Amino acid sequence: MRAPIVVYAALAILAVAAPFLGLYPVFLMKLLCFAMFACAFNLLLGFTKMLSFGHAAYFGSSAYITGWLVSVHGWGTIEGILAGVAAAMLLGLVIGAIAVRRQGIYFAMITLALAQLVFFVCLQAEFTGGENGLQGIPRGSLFGLIPLGSDRTMYFFVLAVFVAVYVLIRRIVGSPFGQVLKAIRANESRAVSLGYKVDRYKLLAFVLSASLSGLAGSLKAMVLGFVTLSDVSQGTSGEVILMTLLGGSGTFLGPVVGANMVVALQEYLSDLVGSWVSVIIGVIFVVCVMTFRRGFVGEIARRFAPRD
Amino acid sequence: MLGLVNGSFYALLSLGLAVIFGLLGVVNFAHGAFYMLGAFAAYIGLQFLGVNYWCALLLAPLAVGLLGVVIERLFLRHLYQLDPLYGLLLTFGMALIAEGSMRGLFGASGKSYPVPELLQGGFNLGFMVLPIYRAWVILASVTVCGTTWFLIERTRLGARLRAATENARLVQAFGINVPLMVTLTYGAGVALAALAGVLAAPVIQVSPLMGSSLVIVVFAVVVIGGMGSILGAIVSGLVLGLIEGLTKVIYPEASNIVVFVIMALVLMWRPTGLFGKE
Repeated sequence: MRAPIVVYAALAILAVAAPFLGLYPVFLMKLLCFAMFACAFNLLLGFTKMLSFGHAAYFGSSAYITGWLVSVHGWGTIEGILAGVAAAMLLGLVIGAIAVRRQGIYFAMITLALAQLVFFVCLQAEFTGGENGLQGIPRGSLFGLIPLGSDRTMYFFVLAVFVAVYVLIRRIVGSPFGQVLKAIRANESRAVSLGYKVDRYKLLAFVLSASLSGLAGSLKAMVLGFVTLSDVSQGTSGEVILMTLLGGSGTFLGPVVGANMVVALQEYLSDLVGSWVSVIIGVIFVVCVMTFRRGFVGEIARRFAPRD
Repeated sequence: MLGLVNGSFYALLSLGLAVIFGLLGVVNFAHGAFYMLGAFAAYIGLQFLGVNYWCALLLAPLAVGLLGVVIERLFLRHLYQLDPLYGLLLTFGMALIAEGSMRGLFGASGKSYPVPELLQGGFNLGFMVLPIYRAWVILASVTVCGTTWFLIERTRLGARLRAATENARLVQAFGINVPLMVTLTYGAGVALAALAGVLAAPVIQVSPLMGSSLVIVVFAVVVIGGMGSILGAIVSGLVLGLIEGLTKVIYPEASNIVVFVIMALVLMWRPTGLFGKE
């Protein structure tokens, strides 16, 4: 599923030129954060076939930790983000250790229930601001040198992190570790009989995915300057599934495409139709599951794939 | 006491979920939405059509069950040969559609549904006053759960159902119409959720979002009980409702999360759930 170099070149030009084309930079950064979140999620669903129904837990809790440390305790930007990622990693380790013991739908239900637990903790804990969430999170500066207050500078920072995460995910999937994950996806009992400690591989994939989701969440908190309960809610977990599915799970570019489509759709439709937007999201879910389960990028890749 | 009332709803919902999972292999994410639709059907019936509570108790599950039958025929049917995850995703989409359209039509605020006249008031037990309606909810749901259990475990129809769960193709070869049975099972499971919705309408506010958080608790209940185990679903539903109610009295902050904590503990000790088989 390799996208041709032309596609990447076009995307690179588009990404660098985008803020100069009159597009609202904060919106672009939001797109990048959700694209990163979807790519991290796809590491589980696409390459290991584990459907986590609670990924908002890592996205949101990391955003909360970063926001809290930066705004209340005056931590620096980088330290705040790293602390958020560490929290997401830890949370992923705990929840993952419980969830990887079961497969398929059980795994989905367990991750969902434990994410709901995280949601209620965030609702009741003091530091999250409860129903109000955290507001007025300062962006700070990079290593005390480059201030991130300007939207354009922040955009290029987010873009750089996104590219790094994207390359990292490609490296992970292409590594021997990624090959074992694919083997587990194809036939788990076979992988066990070949002597692989399947649960450990799955747990590591889970922790990686949770940490990168946390990174996306922390960046989003920095970009928008606020964190709300909806960032840890079940709705966000559902959205990231839709992004991945719509774009094409198991492809590299699919989650990026899907995230752009879903975020753009929400942005423009919520003004037009108000609360009916969740109906539209639901309809897309149904159409996607019924008719094109490979997603947009998956279907295109199949069309252009060399026949053997 | 409030705990047992909640437990009755958990039991009814997880029972429907377990029956559907047993035969269809589908985790019905829309279960909470059907519960919500049941409550709304009762509310709409009373407000606009003059249907009273007792008729709603019969009509709402029928209407919602019929909707379930249509959904099974048009959508779910085509996903059985695929990964069960797609059934979960499809019903998740369905739940979004149902909740979004109810919110678009009726707004997000809760609507109150009056307690029927016959069930108003309470018994004085000396140490507390037991509202008659609460007692009725517990009685009704225990009866329905008991009947369903009897139907599945002790009758010919139930035997066929269980056989089809084990090996659908073989049962079909014996001349039993399995696809029809599957459709009706989904309808019946959904109708149980709607019945719980009607029962719940006078106790809680009828709102579009009443099902979405409940369904996750019910998932946890089913995981604790062991997927596909009918008795496990009923018993763990009632017991967890009770535990949740007790927590609300002793340490209110933890009442929302106690079910999930128990689930995590049970999974560490017995990954298949209390009543489940590998």
